Formats: sequence, C-alpha cells, structure tokens
Amino acid sequence: MSTIVSLPDQRTATLPKKSYLNNEQGLLSWLLTGDHKRIAILYLISITVFFFIGGAMAGLIRLELLTPQGDLMSSDTYNKLFTMHGVVMVFLFLVPSVPATLGNFFIPMMIGARDLAFPRINLLSWYLYTIAGILMLTTMVLGGVDTGWTFTTPLSTHYVNTHVVTTGLMVFVAGFSSVFTGLNFIVTIHRMRAPGMTWFRMPLFVWAHYAASILMVLGTPVLAITIVLVALERTIGIGVFDPTRGGDPLLFQHLFWFYSHPAVYIMILPGMGVISEVISTFSRKRVFGYSAVAFSSVAIAVFGFFVWAHHMYIMGLSNYSAMVFSLLTMLVAVPSAIKIFNWTATLYKGSITFETPMLYVFGFIGMFTIGGLTGVFLGTMGTDIHLTETYFIVAHFHFVMVGGMLMAFLAGIHFWWPKMTGRMYPEGLSKIAAVITFVGFILTFMPQFVLGYLGMPRRYHAYPPEFQILNVLSTAGATVLGVGYMLPLLYLGWSLKYGAIAGDNPWQATGLEWQTASPPPTENFAKTPVVDYEAYDYERLEEMQKREVTTVG
Amino acid sequence: MQISPVLWQFLVKILHNASVFPPEASTIAPYMDALYFYLLTVTAVGLVLVGSLVAYFSLRYRASKHPKAVQIEGSTILEATWTIIPLAIFLISFVWGALLYFRIFNAPPNAMNIYVVGKQWMWKAEHPGGQHEINALHVPTGRPVQLTLISQDVFHSFSVPAFRVKREAIPGRYTTVWFNATTPGEYHLFCTQYCGTLHSGMIGTVTVMTPADYDRWLKESTSGMSMAQNGERIFASMGCNACHTGTATARGPNLAGVYGSKLMLADGSTITVDAAYLRDAILNPSAHNVSGYAPIMPTYQGQMSEEGILDLVEYIRGLESNDRVQQTLTTTELPTSAPTAQEVKP
Amino acid sequence: MDNQAINETLGAGALADGHAEHVSLPQMRHHFETEEQQREAASLGMWLFLLTEIMFFGGLFMAYLLYRNWYHDAFVAASNTLSIPLGAFNTGVLISSGFMMALAVWAAEMRKKGLLVVFLVLTTILGLVFMGVKYVEYKEKFELRHVPGESFDISRFVNPTPEARDQQHLPVDTARKTELFFSLYFVMTGMHALHMIIGIGLLVWLIARAQKGDFSAGYVAPIENFALYWHFVDIIWIFLFPLLYLINIHPGR
Repeated sequence: MSTIVSLPDQRTATLPKKSYLNNEQGLLSWLLTGDHKRIAILYLISITVFFFIGGAMAGLIRLELLTPQGDLMSSDTYNKLFTMHGVVMVFLFLVPSVPATLGNFFIPMMIGARDLAFPRINLLSWYLYTIAGILMLTTMVLGGVDTGWTFTTPLSTHYVNTHVVTTGLMVFVAGFSSVFTGLNFIVTIHRMRAPGMTWFRMPLFVWAHYAASILMVLGTPVLAITIVLVALERTIGIGVFDPTRGGDPLLFQHLFWFYSHPAVYIMILPGMGVISEVISTFSRKRVFGYSAVAFSSVAIAVFGFFVWAHHMYIMGLSNYSAMVFSLLTMLVAVPSAIKIFNWTATLYKGSITFETPMLYVFGFIGMFTIGGLTGVFLGTMGTDIHLTETYFIVAHFHFVMVGGMLMAFLAGIHFWWPKMTGRMYPEGLSKIAAVITFVGFILTFMPQFVLGYLGMPRRYHAYPPEFQILNVLSTAGATVLGVGYMLPLLYLGWSLKYGAIAGDNPWQATGLEWQTASPPPTENFAKTPVVDYEAYDYERLEEMQKREVTTVG
Repeated sequence: MQISPVLWQFLVKILHNASVFPPEASTIAPYMDALYFYLLTVTAVGLVLVGSLVAYFSLRYRASKHPKAVQIEGSTILEATWTIIPLAIFLISFVWGALLYFRIFNAPPNAMNIYVVGKQWMWKAEHPGGQHEINALHVPTGRPVQLTLISQDVFHSFSVPAFRVKREAIPGRYTTVWFNATTPGEYHLFCTQYCGTLHSGMIGTVTVMTPADYDRWLKESTSGMSMAQNGERIFASMGCNACHTGTATARGPNLAGVYGSKLMLADGSTITVDAAYLRDAILNPSAHNVSGYAPIMPTYQGQMSEEGILDLVEYIRGLESNDRVQQTLTTTELPTSAPTAQEVKP
Repeated sequence: MDNQAINETLGAGALADGHAEHVSLPQMRHHFETEEQQREAASLGMWLFLLTEIMFFGGLFMAYLLYRNWYHDAFVAASNTLSIPLGAFNTGVLISSGFMMALAVWAAEMRKKGLLVVFLVLTTILGLVFMGVKYVEYKEKFELRHVPGESFDISRFVNPTPEARDQQHLPVDTARKTELFFSLYFVMTGMHALHMIIGIGLLVWLIARAQKGDFSAGYVAPIENFALYWHFVDIIWIFLFPLLYLINIHPGR
C-alpha cells in the first residue's frame, strides 16, 4: 500500500467540453459575470498588469541607484517613482494578489459551495479595483505623486503640488474593493460550508483567508477615513493634522499605521495559506499541527491590531508607550515562527517531490524566516533607532513581501494553474525560472541589509560613494529577478494553448477542488458534496483511487 | 562587554574596513552593536536550523527513497517547545532593546545642549555660544551632547549612523537625543525621513574634535552674539519684559531661575519647566496659565521663527536675575556693561 | 454520514438524506442551498458592513477624543455656537425615522404592502427633514465664517457680540483652536449626512419595489437589512449629538 501516486496517464486526459471558461461566450458574459471563477481570472489579468507596472518602476529605481549621483533622472522624478512603486505594489498587487485570484477561485470550492455568498458584490469588488487602477494610471499620466506611499503629513497636505488627492482617492476605492472581498469571504465561510464541513475540516488555506478577511474588514476603513481627512485638508483646508493650527501630525501617523500594520498581515496570511496547501500536497502528508497553524493565523490577525506604533518609535512616543508596542510586537512574531516549524515538521516522514510549487515553498520558508526575524530587529526598540528609515527596513519588507508573499503567490499560481486552466505549465522551464528568481532575489536584497546597518537612508536619490558597490550588487540582482518574473508570464501564457492537458487531479491532492474537472464547471459541483473526513486525508484519497477507475476528463 | 574588548575591536574593525560596517564613534555604539550581533546570531541560528531541517527532510524523505508518507497529526510538546523558546528569545531582545532605548533617549543631566532646526532641505545647528552651522555639527569628544530638535516644516529625521542615534525632527514640538562621541573624525549626517524633493541632499558632516580643538573652533566660529544674548534681545523687542519684570506686582511670572523648577498652573496641575513647556507657553499661553496670574499673555504664534524661540529658551534657561530685564524697561538699548548672568556656560 | 454536522451546516429545513427542500421564492439565488441560508448570509453581510462603518467613524471619534482633551476650552466655546434646539429636534426626527423604519419591517413581515409603503415614505420624509435642518445649520455656520479654511474667522470668540449666548472672551491662541472643533464638526456631521443621503436614495428604490409588491410576499431581507443600516446611521447621530452639541452643558444654563 503505497502513497506513490502513479499520475494518471496524461495522454488520455481530455479537457471537459463545458467549463466555466466556455459556459457562456462573449465579452459581456465576462464583464457581467457572477461566477467567482471568472472574477478570479479577471483579477488575475488586472493584477498581472499592475505587477509589471510596479516592477518596471522598481527597475528604473534600481537603475538610478547604480551610481551615487542622481544622474539618470531628476529628484522629483525619482521621488515619484518610489512613491508609485510602493502604492501600486501594496494596494494594487500585494493586498489583492492571493485573496482576489486564488481565494476567490478556490474558497467556495474548498468548502463545497457553489459560489461566494455575494457574487454581485464580488464583481463590484473587481470593478472598484479596476477603477482604482485607472485612477492610478491617471495619476501617472498627470504627473505622478511624490509623497511616499505613506503619505506623511504635513508633507502630503501642505508641501507638495502633486496629485495626492487622486492617489488618495485611488487608495480609498481600492480599499473598498478589499473590504468587500473580505466581507464576502467571512460570510461565505460562516454560512456556506457543505454539510459535514466543520471549521476544523476546512483546508488551512481557508483559515488563512478568514483571518486576513477579518483584518481587511476591520482595518481598511480606518485607512479610508485617514485618506478622507488628508484629502479634505488639501482641498478645503481643515487643519486636523496641521501643527500651525493646533493639529497634530502624529495623529496621522497613528491613524495611518493602525491600518497599515494589519495590512502587512493581510498581505502575508493568504500566502501562508498557499504554503500549507502546497507543502502538504508535495509531501503527501497532512500539515503537522493543523490546529496550531489554524489558530496561529487567527492569533496573527488579532495581535496584528495592537502593534502599529512600532513604526513610530523615534517619532516622539513616550518611552513607556514604545515599550508596550515592542512587547506586543514580540508576541505577534511568535505565531509566524510556529507556522514555519509546523511546515518544516510536515516534511518529516513525508514523501517529497520537487515540482515547481514546492520549490517556491522552499524559497518562501527560507526568505520568510530571514524576513520575519529581521522584523524582530526592528520591533526591538533599541536596534530600531539605528535601523529605522534605512535600507534595513527596505530589505526587511522586501524579504517578507517579495521573498515571502510573491513566492507564495507564484507557488499558488503554479499549483492551481492546472485546475484553473486545464493545462500543465512546462515543468523544466518553470523550475529554472524559480531558481533564477531565488538567486536574483538574494542578490538584490541581501546587500540592502548591510547598507541599512551602514546607515544608508531609504528614499534617497543620491548617496555617498562608499555605498556604491552594495548598490551595484543590488541592481544586478534586480536584473536577474526581472528575468525570473518575465519567464512565468511567457510560459504560462504559452501553456494556455500548448500545455499538456492536466486532468482532474494531476498532483493527486486532497481538497474538494481537485474532485472536479479541470477547468471546473460553472456550478462547481454537480451535487453538493457531503464531507465526513478531515482535511489532508491522504489515506482516504488512496482508498478512493483504488476503488475508482482512473479516467480523467 | 562580556566579550573580550580585543576580540570585539578586532571584529568591528575588520567589518568596518571591509566597508560593511559603520564606525563606532560614540559610547552607545558598542551597546547597539552588541544587541545587533545577538539578533544576527539568532537569525543565523534560526535560518541554519530551519534550512538544515528542510534540506535534510527533503533529501531523506524524498519520494524515491520514502514512498509512503506517515500521517502525523501533531505534537503538543513540540508546539509548546517551539512557541516558548522563540518567545523567550524575542523577550530577551525586547528587554535588552528597551534598556538600550531608554539609555539613548534619556540624556544624562550634565549634557551640553545644541539646538538643531530642520527645514526643507537643510539642518541648522546652533550652539549656545552663538555658533551657527548648516549641514554640519561640531562636537567635542568625551562629553555628553544633547540635541534638541525641531522642524520648521515637515517631518525630518536627524541620523548619525556612526553614533547609532537617530531622532525625528517634528514640526510643532521638540524632540531630544543625546550621544557622547568617542573618536575624532568626520561622520555622515543624514536626513532619514522623506521630506520632499531634496531629501537626499539634506546630508552633512558631524565633525568630532578633541576638547582643545573644539574650544578653538568655538572661538573661531562665533558670530558674536550667543543664543542667550540674542534671546535677551528678542525678549525686549517682543515686549516680554513689560510683564515679566520680576517685581512683586508684575503681570507675568518671574522668569529668573524658573527653568527646571515646578510651577502650579491655574487648573491645579503642576508642571516642570523645560524647553517644551517654554515653547508651548510662548505659542499657546492660554493653555498654560500659571496660578495666581491673569490669563492675559498674548500668543506669539506666527511672529517668531523656531530659531527665535530657541534663543528665548536658551536665554530663560540661563536667567538668574532680573536686573538687566528691569534696566531694559527704561532704556531702548541693552546695557553695554559686561554681561554676567547671561553669559553662556560652555 | 455525520448527521449532526450536516444538520448544523444546513440548518432547519434539512431532510434526512441531507438535501434541502427547494423553496419557491422568486428572489432565491441558486448558489444558496436554502432560502434560510440566503437570508442569514445577507444579514451577516450587513452586520459586517456596519462593523466596517464603525471602524470608519472610529477614526474620527479618536481624533475628536484627542483634540477635545487638548483644547477643552476652545471646544466648549465652539460647541456653544451650535443650536441645541435644532440639534435636539433633529435627534427626535431621526429617532422617529428609525421608529418608522422598524414599523416598516413589521409591515413587511406581516405582508401588509400598503402599510409598508406608508412607513417607508414616512421614514424618507423624516430623513429629508433632518437634512433640511442640517442645511439650515450649515448655512448659519457659513455666514458666521466658522467654516475651517482660509476664511475662518475667530473674531466672535475673541470679541463676542452682546447677543452671543454665554460666550466668554477667549484669548487668541485658544480661539484659534476652535477651527479644529469645526473641522471635526463638519467632517463628522458631513460623513453622517453623506450616509443619510445614500440611505435616502436606497429608500426611494425600496419604496418603488415595495409598491410593486416585491417585499410583501415573504421576501423581506432587503427591508430588514436596510433597517439595520438606517438604525446604524441613527446611532451614529446619537453619539454625535452629545459629543458635538452638549459639551459642558449644565442644567439651568
């Protein structure tokens, strides 16, 4: 009795005649769809576009930083580039990436539902996101914004002439897109689980999205009101953040970071959900410590609300407030550590294969460990004094967001690509791309830790010459990284027409989504499944395989 | 330092010469670096631990060598272990970091003061003796120096990596940071809070000198008027001397010796007079009505620059008698006799 | 089969073999198993949305807390320029409007179409009365130049006119802080008014559909969920009124 999976003979796999992709034809059937799967694909296209726009900006930034002088572009242009890189990457890529594509597509399927609770609100979310994207493009065309993605007052309210209000509006609209997605997920998970699908039988991917959705729903509105106040201060002159009129610029900092810290957990939790699914599948093993991983997602969400002022240690907080926030930051670091150890333990006595999604998972584990631990450097009050506002911060968040979240996103895209499209991507090329990404990433961002401790400030257009070597290394890495990200765009696109046909369950994974056709039918399940087994039940999968004739398609 | 000083110097100097480590030029720098090395060690150990486990498990349990996976639900003991040990490690870092933080942001009482005003896009430093610097700061070795910072416009951040100190300069309130420089030399000064177009141009040099060289520099660079003298002039020209005469029937409280003392306000609360209080009392007097006096002080918001307020603060800090104040009430010029109580003590 | 789990997730109405009866309401959306599931999902969705609204207004309340604590005297003086009779009247209007809405929910559940439309219309009218009073108040503030911005005028606080109610003469620096009060006043009541305008728009739509009979045949979720929204907007005002209008008001004053 072995759990070696003899993958079904893919030469006999066929595409289903009718799936969500060809169920209805025509552009309007896509633009007015209520089908969560189609909406996920719409998101995937928009998110990819904005990722590459943000990436192009990053490329220009790194190009400028090859030399110590500001010689490629003016200071104002550089300031606009890093601002818009941040805004696009955070609000138009990282926040929606996994939830709006993979979450939208798979949460209903994983819990055995036919769709999310509010399909029309789901479509509205996509339209709000698209409007936000158009507003961002408008800002770029009109001349950009240069306040930094953190919109610090009074710089953003009184000292720049750029398009702060348009960008603020964009963030506001994107925020509502996020709120509605989170709201949809929470209601779906609470009310639409299939018979027998108790909370503790759900895949950990769903738990991760539930926790992230709580953050989306509770945190984003605070950002919304903060942006409204900044916009009003710029337009009609209320002085809520203006020190010359009795206002307090630190109030802006508190309000802004009250959302923006939970936002980082909104960004990473869904990625962690992907890791749980992929590592389980390619070890043929249930995730070690299911409850611990599930509860740690919720713990991150809860604790994540109470640590925001660790972004403000040197801004005049009282020493005692700083202590409270530092202590809580140490507490929020622990659940992430728990997850890393549980995933590692999942490998123990597993049966491990090294498909591309698994490679990205290994990359995630390494990079997130570094990124997360460097967060402890920053949460520690003393070291934060020296490290804050330097390239150490830049390196830290790129490690967790790019080395962590983006790798998880790529892992998820590759893992579920066969299910979403019915096609396999080319495994050899994708492995090469994964390795290129990994190498490029380390080369880009490791030197930045050193630069940070040396004291090189962030958001600097020009820098002292002794920092050049490390910057050159970083730019070299960025070039490699760029290649690594272009490749999936190319071969995934190629696979849509020429990829091998996938069949229902090419990875022999557990999970309800793998028991449908690839691509799935619009209604997901012909009959509502009834669930009487735990998540990641590989033994049951084995039983099923022995009893069924394995025809695919 | 538990590590041998020789070993420490060796490590730090090698790293510095390889251009991957900043120089240690203040008394606090080794403490900062020690905590940093602790955290680096934790990170390295954590990475090696996780990395080697992942690598080992992946190879040992790869599908071709281990075809059947063993389904393991979990282990409470393991969960407890890898919850408690990381938590303990992080809490050590927390306590250590908190102690370091308190040290950096609580100046020793004998620190000498230098005032820094940040504006787009330059740093203006003022020594009490009247020496003004732009994008530069001269300090002596071996003495604690406290910087009082404020911004004239947006957030800036005063950063000296070699000293391992950094503090935000905020519009509307003072912030302070202190250091004690140890090694003569020139070190980078950066603005690290994004402040607009020339944010990366708001850089300068901190020059650390031996005490003898520093005294010489002070004498060479003085503009003639110390901050307190300038403050005295503002005090008279703004009409402060009309109410704060120091007599028993004065309309405003006596300011001689008030710095550092406790005052009872009209609402019953007690405050200690420091630079922040003085600034706020000048700009928002009605919120700081001293008990026993009518709330008639006008506000000077918009009428004085931050440098002017700092000059006044320095003047009031050193004010010990009201003789010269009362003299200025009857003359239009300041007395030309040698200044006594108002002279800056270096 | 895990019957208990099945029954838990399906709720009442599940048959023994795990399938639900097909309910024949026309508004039933087919990604739901049962009508009850649909109703519960819609209700939970609305409660969650209201939670986001609490967080949204929460930022404003935090700003208010901070500045009222810092500039208490200025806030008292500024608050005294607001008309308590108008504010109290508006509070009464909103509470009545909420009552009408609750009656509308009852009428929908009782399938009384005529009454439902009447109560919805009354709710709307009272909402419009509220907006009218707000317009009057805002207009007065414009005339007195108490709108924050370039034209903000503190002279009434520094030199109060004889007819100004209980105005004490404020020092200039305290008087300047009244601009913060008015900033918060306009943003908070303005946000509230914006939510009311959206609510009134939705009411018009609901009235039209109610008139067609959409909500008097058993499908009451939109009425119920809108009522939740309307009551929430009402509650926000119940907090705004004392915080903005009633600072430092003592009996007999």
